[in-house]
Formats: sequence, C-alpha cells, structure tokens
Amino acid sequence: MSSILLICKKEFKSYFTGPIAYLLMAFFGLIFGFGFYTATRDIVRFSLQAQMMGQQQPMNLNDQIIRPLLGFASTISLFLIPMITMRLIAEEKKSGTIELLLTSPVNDISIIIGKWGGAMLLYLCILGMSLLNLAMLFAWGKPDWHPVAIAYLGLILQGGCLLAIGTFISTTTKNQIIAGGVTFFVCLLLWLLSWFTAFDTGGFGQVISYLSIITHFDNFAKGLLSMKDVIFYLSMIFFALFLSLRSMESLRWRS
Amino acid sequence: MIKVEGLTKRYARTVAVDNISFEVEKGQIVGFLGPNGAGKTTTMRILTCFLPPSEGTANVAGYDVMANPLEVKKRIGYLPETPPVYPEMEVSEYLNFVGRLKGIGSGAIHSKVDDVVGKCALGDVRNKLIGQLSKGYRQRVGIAQAIIHNPAVLVLDEPTSGLDPKQIIEIRELLRNLAGEHTIILSTHILSEVEHSCERVIIISRGKLVAIDSVANLTNRLRGSEAVAVEVQAVDGRPNPTEVQQRLEQISGVSRVMMKESKDSRLVFEVESLQGRHIRADLARTVVNSGWNLNEMRSVGLSLEDIFLQLTSAEKPAEAAQENQEGGTK
Repeated sequence: MSSILLICKKEFKSYFTGPIAYLLMAFFGLIFGFGFYTATRDIVRFSLQAQMMGQQQPMNLNDQIIRPLLGFASTISLFLIPMITMRLIAEEKKSGTIELLLTSPVNDISIIIGKWGGAMLLYLCILGMSLLNLAMLFAWGKPDWHPVAIAYLGLILQGGCLLAIGTFISTTTKNQIIAGGVTFFVCLLLWLLSWFTAFDTGGFGQVISYLSIITHFDNFAKGLLSMKDVIFYLSMIFFALFLSLRSMESLRWRS
Repeated sequence: MIKVEGLTKRYARTVAVDNISFEVEKGQIVGFLGPNGAGKTTTMRILTCFLPPSEGTANVAGYDVMANPLEVKKRIGYLPETPPVYPEMEVSEYLNFVGRLKGIGSGAIHSKVDDVVGKCALGDVRNKLIGQLSKGYRQRVGIAQAIIHNPAVLVLDEPTSGLDPKQIIEIRELLRNLAGEHTIILSTHILSEVEHSCERVIIISRGKLVAIDSVANLTNRLRGSEAVAVEVQAVDGRPNPTEVQQRLEQISGVSRVMMKESKDSRLVFEVESLQGRHIRADLARTVVNSGWNLNEMRSVGLSLEDIFLQLTSAEKPAEAAQENQEGGTK
C-alpha cells in the first residue's frame, strides 16, 4: 500500500517538474474558459431580451450552462488524456528505469496502480481548472449543486477509465509517441461509437453503444446517478488495469 | 550466498545463457567476465528477478528467484548497465524515492540517504537535477541507489563504465569496503578491473561457462605457458623472416610464433609455449645453431587479457572446451 502511494506521489510530482502539467492545465483552462464565456454571454443576452419584451422565461443555470459545459469538458478530456498517459510506462521502458521498478521489492500491481493514480491526480488538477469558472456561477447565481457534483463524478469516472486504457497502451511500447497516438485513436473511437450507433436501434447497435464511453457519461451530465453507469466505468477501469498488469508480466517473459 | 544451477535462458531464436552453474560465498567479490553478448547481463537480470530463467534454478540469499522474488529483491541491490535514474529528479529526492521503494521506513530514510551520499561522494551534487549530471556522477548515483538499503548481495553491471581514472579508483575502494558484509558480483570487460578488485573470476563466452577460479589461480595456471620475446640478428646478411619463423615453430613445445618487428637486420619474434613446457634453452640453441646472433631473450608475462582472449576466442573451441571441463571440476 505504501509503495502505491510512493509511486503515485512520484509520478504526480514528475508531471510538474516538466512543462506537461502546466501546458495541459493551461490548455484546458483556456478552452473551458472560452466555452464558459460563450455560454454565459448567450444566457445574459437572452435574459436581457426576455426582460425587455416583458416575458418571464424560467432561466436555469444548470440546464443552460453547466450541463453543456461539463459535456464539453468530457470531450476536451478525450484529447488531453493521451498526453497524460503516454509517458507512464513507455518512458520507463525507454530509459531503463523499469529495471529499477521491477527489481525493487514491489508488486507489479502496485506499480500499475501507483502510475495510474499519479495520472489520475493530474487529471483531477486539470478538471479543477473548471471549478474556477463554475465558482463564479455559484457566487452570482443559485444553481443546484447536486447535478453538478454528479456530473463531476461522471467526469472523474470517465477520465479514470480512459486513463486506465492509456496506461495499458503505455505498457505495450517503449515509444511515447506511439503510446500517445494509439491512446488518442482509441479515445476517438470510443467517442465516435456513440455517433455511429445513434441511428441504429438493432441489437448490435445497442451493444456497441453500450461500450461507448460517452453514452454512459450522458446520464451523469443530466444529473442522474445510475448504478449501471458507475459499474460500467468501474469495471472498465478494473479491466484495463488488469490488462496493464498482464502486459507488465509479459514484459519479463518476452524481453 | 548465491547458488546457480543449470541456468539456461532462451530467447526466441538464441540461447543467451546455456546451462551455467556456479556458487558464490558470502562476502566475496566476484568478477563476471565475458565479451559483449556473452550473457553477462542476462545472467544478472535473472539473479535480480528481472527475467525468469528458461531452465535451472538460481538461489540468492537463501531464496529462489522464481518462488520468492520479493524476498530476493529485498536482499539484492542492482545497478543495471545504464543507471536507472530519473533525469527530472534531484539526487537526494531520487535516493529518497528509491530508499522508500526498497522498504526503508520514513524515519530512517534521511540518515540512509546521508550515508550513501557520503559513501559515493555525492555531497556536491545532492541538490542538483540528475539530468544535469555528468555520466560519472550519474553512475555514482546508480551505485548509491543499489546500496542504499544495505543489501546482502550487490549485482553491478559494469559499475566503472564512464568514470574517470580517479573515480574508478574510488569506486574500487568503495567496493572493497563493501565486500566484507556484502557479496558482490560485478560484470566488466575491463580486465584490470578484475585483477584489482575481485577475488574470483567467472568467465563466460557465448552463454557458456568457460572458467571459474580465483584470480591468482587463473593467472598462475595459464602462466605455466610462457611467452618469450626473442631478438635475432643475422651475422652475415639478412636472415629470411619466414625461414626463422619456420625454424622456431619446429621447436618442440612451441605453440605460436609471431613476428613483432623487423628493423635492419634485426628481427623480433614473440614465441609462446605450450603449458608447462620450458622452451628457452631449445630456443637459444636453435638460433645459435642456425648461425644467427641471439641479441635478446626476455619473458613476456601473459596478462589476464591474453588469458581471457585464449579462453574466449572462437578460434580454439577445443581448448575452450578443455578449459571448461577443468573449470567445472575445480
């Protein structure tokens, strides 16, 4: 347990000794901030128009700003996650430090979970940038915080799932670029699956759409916490980490 | 302390290590010698539980590497060929991390780090990023990380590569100090390294064990065969070099004749004898009887380098096999 924390801490810290963590946070903050600006500008304009015409339209911050924005955040994270996970194991394999980890009295599973945990912490920091914007809504408006919390839980679970897949892909190569590229491709594919199957209501389409990571996020974005989606994400995380573990073990047999 | 039996490691197409057996006593420094690609690193990786063997067993500090890898890893310090350092970490931060990883508690870690920083002379750079260090310092950080948890067995893959001569001497001294309580296996292709710091030598070539003996025995045994440098001068006219060479080769007990130099009318040859044969008298007689002058005759000691080449060169497979058997029975 202590070695998991140790590796996790080290991994998290090493993101911040290079530019990568700052770049990703800045990138996410900028794009999310722009989305926030556009969304609030529109709602302010609409509410002014509504007032001038003397109509009283119910304005709902949750529905009109927070939900689309967090959906937007989930899409941006698809692009950021490959950059977080690509170095995790690939770099260790390239530089030879993997020999240190594998000859230390630590279980392989601790290494995998520690690495994934470090990536997870960075992902939380990146998501944290969006709180800056939402904090303003809470300061000047009165949105309901329950659906916001559930949407964030969804973002965290979806991110954890993609990070675990990225960790697995990073164990399979010693080239960071390949690890990043393949992870990006897989993320894109999982994202597109929900589009391909939007018009297909047959059994096969349903299975495919069930596998899409985005479809499961929709419920969270709406503020619905369903066990089905939580279990889907948790089992995907478990499965991807299990594959990473197997891939690490095979490293010993093949290299 | 280390017991290896019938160790074999096969890759898809090649056999990296072929049926190697040896034992290392507690507190010994053992040199692991071999040309590039001989299987040194593979053997070390098996000992440190990085790779599993295809066949055979390896036992380190009383634990089998396959059955109890965690216990073995706790008792072993390993410096791979390239020091496993993270360039983005500071030296002390890195040693802290490795120490904790190897199971040192948070209470003892600072004194342990101070300890190895002192032992490996890293005081000047302890707050620098490892990425900014020179190769020599990086190597020392690598050694520091291997000894931080005070392991019973140290496995060092080419510990002095990339160091300057002064640092090499320092590392040798460090190893000698460590030898009492630690058992050390170090691989190298620098032979003087072995002559200086090791008590026993294991020579492997192409995955096979060629010789295992103490340094002194090995040099003595092979010094039984001596090498003599002979300078021959013609009395009248220049003797034909090939003729001289043929004459010398015909002397019984001579294994090899090499021409080293020919200047004016003087020819210098190096003559090697078979084991346990004394050839100087015959040599002198032959030269004088042929009507040439014998200007000089001196012995050229076979260095460990020559021995090593003799044992590992592929030209003489029969000899190598013979040595192998001798090595095995010793």
